[in-house]
Amino acid sequence: MLAFVLRRLFQSLIVMLAVALIAFTMFRFVGDPVNQMVGVDTPQEQVAQLRQTLGLDEPVVVQFARYIYNAARLEFGVSYQFRLPVISLLGERAPATLELAFMSALFSLLVGIPMGVYTALRRDSWLAKIFQTVSLVGISLPTFLIGILLIYLFSVTLGWLPSFGRGEVVKLGNWWTTGLLTASGWKALILPSITLGLFQMTLIMRLVRAEMLEVLRTDYIKFARARGLKTRAIHFGHALKNTLVPVITIAGLQLGSIIAFAIITETVFQWPGMGLLFLKAVQQVDIPIMAAYLMLISFLFVTINLIVDLLYALVDPRLRATIGAH
Amino acid sequence: MSAQPASPAKQPPSLWARILDSDILASFLRSKVTMVAAVIVLVLFIGAFFSPWIAPTNPFDPATVFLSDANIPPAWQQGGDPKFILGTDDQGRDLYSAILYGLRVSLIVGLLGVALAATIGITLGLLAGYLGGRVDSLIMRIADVQLTFPAILIALLIDGVVRGIFKHANREDTALYVLVISIGLSFWVQYARTIRGSTLVERNKDYVQAARLVGLPAPLIMLRHVLPNVIGPVLVILTINLALAVITEATLSFLGVGLPPTQPSLGTLISIGNRYLFSGDWWIVTFPGVTLAVLVLAVNLLGDWLRDALNPRLR
Amino acid sequence: MSFKTHCLAAVAALALMCGAVQAQTLRYANQGELKSLDPYTVNETTTNAHLGHPYEGLTARGKDLKIEPALAEKWEISPDGLKWRFFLRKGVKFHDGSDFTADDVIFSADRVRAQGSNFTTRIPTSAKFVKVDDHTVDVVLTAPNPILNAQWDTWYIMSKKWAEANNAVAPTPAAATTPSHASLNANGTGPYKIESHQPGVKTVFKLNENYWKKIEGNIKEVIFTPISSDATRVAALLSGEVDVIEPVPIQDIQRVNASGNAQVLTGPELRTIFLGFDQTRDELLESSVKGKNPFKDPKVRQAFFQAIDIETIKSRVMRGLSTPSPLMIAPELYPHAGFIRAKFDTEAAKKLLAEAGYPNGFELGMDCPNDRYVNDGQICQAVVGMLARIGVKVNLNAQPKAQYFAKVLKPGGYKTSFYLLGWTPGTFDSHNVLYDILGCRDVAGSSRGESNLGNYCNKKVDELTDKILVESDTAKRNAMIGEAYKMTVDEFSYIPLHQQALAWGVSKKVKLAQRADNSVLLYYATKEQ
Repeated sequence: MLAFVLRRLFQSLIVMLAVALIAFTMFRFVGDPVNQMVGVDTPQEQVAQLRQTLGLDEPVVVQFARYIYNAARLEFGVSYQFRLPVISLLGERAPATLELAFMSALFSLLVGIPMGVYTALRRDSWLAKIFQTVSLVGISLPTFLIGILLIYLFSVTLGWLPSFGRGEVVKLGNWWTTGLLTASGWKALILPSITLGLFQMTLIMRLVRAEMLEVLRTDYIKFARARGLKTRAIHFGHALKNTLVPVITIAGLQLGSIIAFAIITETVFQWPGMGLLFLKAVQQVDIPIMAAYLMLISFLFVTINLIVDLLYALVDPRLRATIGAH
Repeated sequence: MSAQPASPAKQPPSLWARILDSDILASFLRSKVTMVAAVIVLVLFIGAFFSPWIAPTNPFDPATVFLSDANIPPAWQQGGDPKFILGTDDQGRDLYSAILYGLRVSLIVGLLGVALAATIGITLGLLAGYLGGRVDSLIMRIADVQLTFPAILIALLIDGVVRGIFKHANREDTALYVLVISIGLSFWVQYARTIRGSTLVERNKDYVQAARLVGLPAPLIMLRHVLPNVIGPVLVILTINLALAVITEATLSFLGVGLPPTQPSLGTLISIGNRYLFSGDWWIVTFPGVTLAVLVLAVNLLGDWLRDALNPRLR
Repeated sequence: MSFKTHCLAAVAALALMCGAVQAQTLRYANQGELKSLDPYTVNETTTNAHLGHPYEGLTARGKDLKIEPALAEKWEISPDGLKWRFFLRKGVKFHDGSDFTADDVIFSADRVRAQGSNFTTRIPTSAKFVKVDDHTVDVVLTAPNPILNAQWDTWYIMSKKWAEANNAVAPTPAAATTPSHASLNANGTGPYKIESHQPGVKTVFKLNENYWKKIEGNIKEVIFTPISSDATRVAALLSGEVDVIEPVPIQDIQRVNASGNAQVLTGPELRTIFLGFDQTRDELLESSVKGKNPFKDPKVRQAFFQAIDIETIKSRVMRGLSTPSPLMIAPELYPHAGFIRAKFDTEAAKKLLAEAGYPNGFELGMDCPNDRYVNDGQICQAVVGMLARIGVKVNLNAQPKAQYFAKVLKPGGYKTSFYLLGWTPGTFDSHNVLYDILGCRDVAGSSRGESNLGNYCNKKVDELTDKILVESDTAKRNAMIGEAYKMTVDEFSYIPLHQQALAWGVSKKVKLAQRADNSVLLYYATKEQ
């Protein structure tokens, strides 16, 4: 077990190093930091001196080592656009993104699972068919279009919900801001959460449906049925319980893509999160932000993956051998 | 789509034989929804690829577009013009023609992107599955990393990097390639994983062992013998990926990092139309939006059906 | 438990606060972000307007753009025009409580001209600032300059003590990579203080209760949020989440006006939108014509001019909200009488091209911003179509302004063959247009023609421009300006397109004066209780 954990940790480390290399390459070669700092009329000696003070004349390996050292201390340089340390910009906006991601994950689970169960149990009912169709439409309409339609309907036409921003936020401690403590904060969360969660919701619904159908076919359920257990007990006590493990795993792994898809949602709703910052950085070629976002997001993903894998190993030792290939 | 089955091989059931053999065809004929979806996809593909002959105008040729025709509503509405069935966009382009041409751009990006992804994925998957060992774990680790990054993020990063490198390049020239590469590089993992899995199984079967004993070179065995037998599931992924690729393209174009408005794809048309949603010119966003949704929906339905049909457990 | 109480307290405090200030809080959304609070970093209308709340200059401009006294109560010019004496307002305090004195003016004059400032043209390099006493400053010039203080309304005065104490003596350059105190904080004398500033997210302005004069409006607090998406910004106004937005996309004006809870203030803007040609390189950077530059031939420029159907651009792209212009300056700043645009005539244009030796046209690249001016991307697209009709194939490169400016402006080496740009003379005077846009770029070390991207050059125009600068007789001066414009028009130096319209979305509860330079100044705003 320990060997497995160590190996997995080591692998994660390698992954992070690989990502760091990509980030460093972007930072160092795509957006030459010196070119961003000087004007065209700066004398050459001054440019050379600047290179020296920044350590850009040292071997690339040394520079990479320094980049990693700095990254480990969360120092990712300064944004070209805002002239602020990238990490403070990202830190300031992380709560907005995380709250949005969390709420939409919650939405997709709370709505997706019951819909999935229903469509599996009442396969041929008309409601199940509607759910199925809606779910297909959910993945067929691009996120941005859904967002725009929701804004048009609920903000402009009906005037029920806000069309942008986080509403009133409350500061918790030094670095966390939350919209969950004010009415306007909750209202502001609704449309973006639905927009962002819709795709995951359909995924979860389809997954639950498939898993349920699979489980209902197994001998184990047939046996339970033969034993004369009530249908309800079978469905929810046995079938659903067996379905939930893979569903929750997938949902955990999907947290990463929720955060990434937040880029679109945040753009449509002007949500002051990391995704909006990243998109602006891409448009303005603000390499330090892009590189840092890449590092942070991959760290998040790698950590989630690691935890999921370790939990799996803990739950089911047989899986150890095949881990990584689910 | 380029699912040309490899030559009817001498080995046990080739894909084509299996398709004919199995009741896939029957299941297709049984499902009305699938047939409708197939017809829609066919119509859209024909419309897209024959757009130069079908479309009344060429919206990509600025000399034939007249600004004075801008924002004309659909023909059946008041103020409409029978010349422009679905109305015109903000530059005076015939929307019907623009949608056909845009559909073609979207499909070209989608198909090329998916083809690139499949090529990378299949190659790496075969290598990993057939060779095993260090190669396998290296490829699969890369796949793990890659899988954690959603396509949209990778595409945005690639786009940002390309902009940084080619600072003054004209987007008209580069946008298409950037999109194809972004989609190709972000979608390959699924193919690699699937192919690897099936290859692991096939590798130990008798016919492969026999081919190996005869002394056939490894690349030949992989391509001629293993590949035709593992490609089934790839078809499903291809279909579903095409839908995803089209959406990804549309999203990138909407975010302003995709195709320029002079060569609009469906996504670009939607993002143009989005500007006029409040002003009452609903047709500019609606028709391309509906086309995109219908295309993706139909392709998804085909993919769904194909997966169920190829999965014996669900039958 | 303690966590919970903490939160509850926060909610309660917030609710109380909301109740108290709601009425005079004005929420304002702009397309662009407020990136730096350092008033010398970016010379851009929107940023200058934002910073005109915490800061102010020696002079100000009123609602009609007339120069008014501000931190300087009055000024006198010596008979030879070489010395200006400014009498500073007494008893004015900076937001941190310190007094405003002559030292601050002299400090600001040095800082605004220091390396890294984007406002170096505000004051001639050779001008000397001399302190006479605590509230009197002399400006000594080497040559007379009757429009010396024309742009001083956006040369904001900073506190010397504050800058020195916070290590902010040097201006924050636009490309700085180290954060500076001045870019995150502001300490001016203006009517509003910066309460909090989150770059790119939100900036809160609080009324400065100790301001030296009573402001016109009744707004106690301004909450500024950037909303870059047009649809979202309009939606926010329509649903009442914000009170003022700038700009309203022109296609949405009707919808906003029809909504009943907001209206659009429109008016002519002083900015002129125009197309420029590279007239200096021997071969265009991006063109099928090799070995020569077609734009050196005035016939080609005229052909381009006559190929453009400005009225259709006005009616379709601008929805009627533009004023086609024969000159590179707005009619409010210099009357257009006697000037008319060359007629739109595709056949004549074709003939001109043929005469110039391009009977089949040619191919060339065009640069265009797509998020800077009103419908700029669409205008360029329309131009591409119109030029296609005379056989010129244009490859359009429309980009966000950051990349566009980086390519075509001076720091990027003027890398363009054909481009769209907009210009408002910062002095609101023709000299600025003749000097910056129509002046020859070939004198090393001079800032003449710095924004003349294609380097149109006529020495006679330059000579006149220099005379115009020192001429104080208005009638004579205007005649000379007219003469200069005539020369540039006859040579088809540029293709002026139009003056675009201002479009501010304002809630029905708010009254706001609209200034023609597109500065949204919320100390003019009143909001109903």
